[in-house]
Amino acid sequence: MSKYYKNFPRRLVSALLVMGATMSIAQAGDRVEKYSGENRGKPAQPSQVNAKFQQECSTCHIAYSPGLLPAASWRKVMSGLDKHFGSDASLTDQEDKEITAFLVNNASNRWNASTAPLRITETAWFKHKHDSHEIPQAIWKNPKVKSPANCAACHQQADRGDFSERNIKIPK
Amino acid sequence: MFREFNVTLVCALVVVAGLISSPAFAQTPEEALAAIQSDAAKAASDFKGFSAARGENFFKTKHGNEWSCASCHTENPAAPGKHAKTGKVIQPFAPSANAERFTDPGKVAKWFKRNCNDVLDRVCTPQEKGDVLAYLLTVKK
Ligand code: HEC
Ligand code: HEC
Ligand code: HEC
Repeated sequence: MSKYYKNFPRRLVSALLVMGATMSIAQAGDRVEKYSGENRGKPAQPSQVNAKFQQECSTCHIAYSPGLLPAASWRKVMSGLDKHFGSDASLTDQEDKEITAFLVNNASNRWNASTAPLRITETAWFKHKHDSHEIPQAIWKNPKVKSPANCAACHQQADRGDFSERNIKIPK
Repeated sequence: MFREFNVTLVCALVVVAGLISSPAFAQTPEEALAAIQSDAAKAASDFKGFSAARGENFFKTKHGNEWSCASCHTENPAAPGKHAKTGKVIQPFAPSANAERFTDPGKVAKWFKRNCNDVLDRVCTPQEKGDVLAYLLTVKK
């Protein structure tokens, strides 16, 4: 018993020192790494377009711009198309290869985290831009929105990769 | 001579206009049906032809999963549909309402495979595909 209390002041000091150090690392990290490194690419629109991608990835939803996710995410998405969010979206090997190359080459150039989410809507940048400060959360329950992945419900030029504020119209 | 030239020119224009206005479809929906029919005859020796009524029933019924074909292509295939999960608009499914339907063999095969997998957890048999297409060909605009 006495052993512990004898050391108490020293333990307290070192604990405080450690706490202070981690806090300042965390703050510095925040300043350098926006959204903990989970950031979308810039500029938002890829300079190149790919006809196969447009044709094959815009049938069930809009063709999501490659810069919205990192290369590692696109590789994961493209290797699991036979079980794609509850749907079979499988392609021929040739189509898969061409589209994967396009997505990987135009993926986010500002993503520094080691994470690779399958969904755009699970990224830190997306959550930040669509949190309760920016949008009333009841909007997600509107049947016209249906799913946060339905970008075009609010972003009128989403299919062209344009998410600028002047082209946002939230459905009533 | 002037007249002759004019006739040739008109003919040439007609041919060019024809090429532009009718996109080069690889097959007609009737040819697609004939191809499925030859598969069906090969697959079952007692094959007795397709039935539009059976096709309609297949199209509008769920087969153990969450969706039927009609969940996305709607109960009225002459009308635009809507993806049951994403809400994205799908162009009408019946060839009478959408001239592009069943004209590209690669596209037809790709989507039969995908959508049958979603609706039935397996590929559709040639009988099922043919019944559905026979039904779609009876749907008026
Ligand atoms: C057969 C239909 C279909 C096709 C084809 C398809 N998808 Fe999807 N995709 C879906 C569905 C369904 C979802 C889930 C939507 C939801 O949750 O609202 C989805 C979701 C996604 C998401 C996640 C969206 C998010 O942030 O929540 C990505 C990324 C995606 N698809 C990429 C692709 C790419 C790349 C292609 C082309 C290779 C493609 N999809 C083709 C059906 C499809
Ligand atoms: C319910 C409506 C809604 C949906 C659905 C939606 N967004 Fe947004 N989004 C907004 C609003 C509102 C803003 C503006 C927030 C603000 O004021 O900063 C925004 C902002 C953004 C921004 C930042 C724009 C900028 O210039 O800073 C991007 C990028 C974006 N959204 C992408 C997407 C993508 C990709 C999807 C689909 C996967 C999507 N959004 C789905 C409403 C929506
Ligand atoms: C979850 C939604 C969904 C369901 C359920 C669905 N489809 Fe589809 N289907 C689509 C989409 C999306 C397309 C491609 C977009 C387009 O061609 O307009 C498509 C296209 C097709 C095509 C391609 C036709 C052509 O030549 O253009 C066929 C064939 C097809 N579906 C058959 C079926 C059959 C049979 C069923 C039921 C077993 C079914 N679908 C159920 C979404 C669905």
